[in-house]
Amino acid sequence: MERLRIVFSGSGGQGVITAAIILGEAAVLHNGLNAVQSQSYGPEARGGATRADIIISDSTIYFPKANQPNLLVCLTQESYVKYNPAIRPGGMLLTDSRYVTVQKKVDARQWELPMYETIMDKIKNPIVLNICMLGAVVALTEVVEPESVLKVLADRIPPAFLDINNQAFELGMDLMKA
Amino acid sequence: MPDLVKFIQGNQVVVEAALYAGLDFYAGYPITPSTEITEHMATRLPQIGGKFLQMEDEISSICAIIGASLTGHKVLTATSGPGYSLMQEGLGYAIMAEIPCVIVNVQRGGPSTGLPTGPSQGDVSQARHGTHGDHAIIVMTASNHQDIFEITVEAFNLAETYRTPVILLFDEVVGHMREKIILPEKGKLPLVERLRTSVKKGVDYHPYLPREDGRLPMSDFGSEHRYNVTGLAHDMWGFPTSNPGVVHGLMHHLVDKINNRVYTIEKHKEYYLEDARTILISYGASARSALHVVESRRRRGERLGLLELQTLWPFPFGMIREKCENARYVVVVEMNMGQILEPVKMSLPPDKVFLINRVDGVFITPTDIRNMLRIIHGKGV
Amino acid sequence: MPVKDYIRERFFPHIWCSGCGHGIILNNMLRAVEELDMDKSDIVMVSGIGCSARISGYVDFHTLHTLHGRALAFATGVKMSQPKLKLMVPMGDGDALAIGGNHFIHAARRNIDMTAIVMNNRIYGMTGGQFSPLSGYGTLATTAPYSNIDHNFDVVALAQAAGASFVARTTTFHARQITDLIKQAIEHRGFSVIEILSQCPTYFSRKNNMGGQIEMMEWYKNNTTRIGSKAKQENPQLIERGIFVQRDMPEYCDEYDKVIEAAQK
Repeated sequence: MERLRIVFSGSGGQGVITAAIILGEAAVLHNGLNAVQSQSYGPEARGGATRADIIISDSTIYFPKANQPNLLVCLTQESYVKYNPAIRPGGMLLTDSRYVTVQKKVDARQWELPMYETIMDKIKNPIVLNICMLGAVVALTEVVEPESVLKVLADRIPPAFLDINNQAFELGMDLMKA
Repeated sequence: MPDLVKFIQGNQVVVEAALYAGLDFYAGYPITPSTEITEHMATRLPQIGGKFLQMEDEISSICAIIGASLTGHKVLTATSGPGYSLMQEGLGYAIMAEIPCVIVNVQRGGPSTGLPTGPSQGDVSQARHGTHGDHAIIVMTASNHQDIFEITVEAFNLAETYRTPVILLFDEVVGHMREKIILPEKGKLPLVERLRTSVKKGVDYHPYLPREDGRLPMSDFGSEHRYNVTGLAHDMWGFPTSNPGVVHGLMHHLVDKINNRVYTIEKHKEYYLEDARTILISYGASARSALHVVESRRRRGERLGLLELQTLWPFPFGMIREKCENARYVVVVEMNMGQILEPVKMSLPPDKVFLINRVDGVFITPTDIRNMLRIIHGKGV
Repeated sequence: MPVKDYIRERFFPHIWCSGCGHGIILNNMLRAVEELDMDKSDIVMVSGIGCSARISGYVDFHTLHTLHGRALAFATGVKMSQPKLKLMVPMGDGDALAIGGNHFIHAARRNIDMTAIVMNNRIYGMTGGQFSPLSGYGTLATTAPYSNIDHNFDVVALAQAAGASFVARTTTFHARQITDLIKQAIEHRGFSVIEILSQCPTYFSRKNNMGGQIEMMEWYKNNTTRIGSKAKQENPQLIERGIFVQRDMPEYCDEYDKVIEAAQK
């Protein structure tokens, strides 16, 4: 497989780091791949620009940062402005259409999906936006089996919240496929 | 065993490795970027019946683990730069009183509060020289989770073998990064247990009289031998003395037990050294970027190799000399202003030794290394 | 048992000056241990640095002579790792309350079972007579040659406020009370503090014109009184002796056993 370098970006508290960890666990624990996940963040626990890097490959990964991501996901305007110049030419850009106004300058295929609006419409809880985004990423890249992500969710998410997470994941997959 | 495959942070690997080695006592104080070690210890230790203490500062944390080691337990504390500075006093005590313990420093940018979430390897010299007075110290590091596990277990083994504190110098990158690790099954890695005295009750026990092999069998506080432990220069009973002959013997014992065994203690990894014209010397997270460059340049036929240090101190001068003898360029890659460069220059003709570094709180990249190598090789950027 | 059974004769003579109060404390500490019929191998004595801290070298217990101010932190590690051991932590006034002040209040706050004994001679003796946090306003010392402007802690009030569950005070003149209070403190389950006023004829009394050891002990006799005595009501300047705090509170090691239980459910 080609090495996939992904950056999830957004603001603190949106769960971009959690989404990266879930994707990494799906790749390593259920799909027999290698993955390295790292993050950078400011002193804020909430707010600020947060970024999670994840590299997935079938060979050993030494350098752990996705300095030139094949896929950049932005859930806020601030993170879009900060990180979009780093995208690998010809790469992919996925943004939330409510939070991010895209300038068409980058050399990348772009998807603007109404993830936030769909979540609020169907689930009425913004907490699962990150999982919806993960659904879109899995549908776009096919880097792991969707079932692998569902297995990780079942292990990590408290039973009371599992249904809305599964639902958000499916919604994200559907948005990307549509 | 699929459940032994994990996708976890380096800091959590340290915890699992310490438990594997037999740790059952931890004291610490939260500090970025080592906090996850303290948090996971708080969860994991009571599960196995061990003890976790969150102390009032790093000074008391190292003191508490020394106290617990004396009752026969395997102990550890973890911190980062500012906390490690506070621990220098207790570290010196553990060296002088010969108390087995492991101290983890997950490095961040310094000096002072510095860059709490920025990577750095700026504490290498402090780890060697930090506490006052002549002393020898064992300092180890690793660049990936599988190695962090093995090196952490090794740190406990060395602490018990030589009755000494062992420093694990990790960094923000490997500490916070998540990657795949296969936890070794029980029994796979050898463990060194505490050497206890065979002296019977009622017979005079000399806690500080080394055996012929240099080791000192211990007796747990609470068992039949009652003796004195002190940070003052002491005689074979552990009682303070200023007798020059006794002090001279003690000083040499403390330093020689480590520095005379460099070849036994020292660990490193080699990549493509046999025919390498340029050898990178690196360690910790920097070695990941260095290895990335070496692997990609080898595919183009460049004669580039990597010597990854896992033991930083005592410094393996002889090994460096031997491995780098035939290289034209020896390039130290590290995230500080040349703290390992210095002893490498002492090992080799200094004019063939170069430094590629970064000290701005940003993780050194393969591109940084490639660009600097072109300059070193006289090819321009 | 004779006193010889509790000391390490090999390490005598001790380093204390003639007339120093610390020997009286050592003597009465050993009486307390004997009267409680304790096994010497169950006792760990942890001390810091200073004249007072040398006490640990002279007794035949497990002894840990540590760093200046850090005795309670070391003792916390010993106790938590082996709760069946009895911890005695003699400290000097600078040791316990200046450099060790933070460890003192936090050990009290945890209410971990150990006996902290503050051997208060109001001076740094080993370094030659500098003022301590217990010297008090208006005293003289080598570092307060014009009169001390630092106010002193009230050890009893501080220990109580920090959460100690047993707090007492006496002096070297009241030798039997030392034995009695140490016995009660050892038997108390929780963090106990005993402040013992102990004369330093070499530095404190000489600097402050308080005479020799005899005059110092007379001063203790004349300027202290039982808690709540009539004399105290008549003369509020008198320093009270006795047990100020004795309360049942959850002990730290016991509490941690509950943590283990919860974690293993």
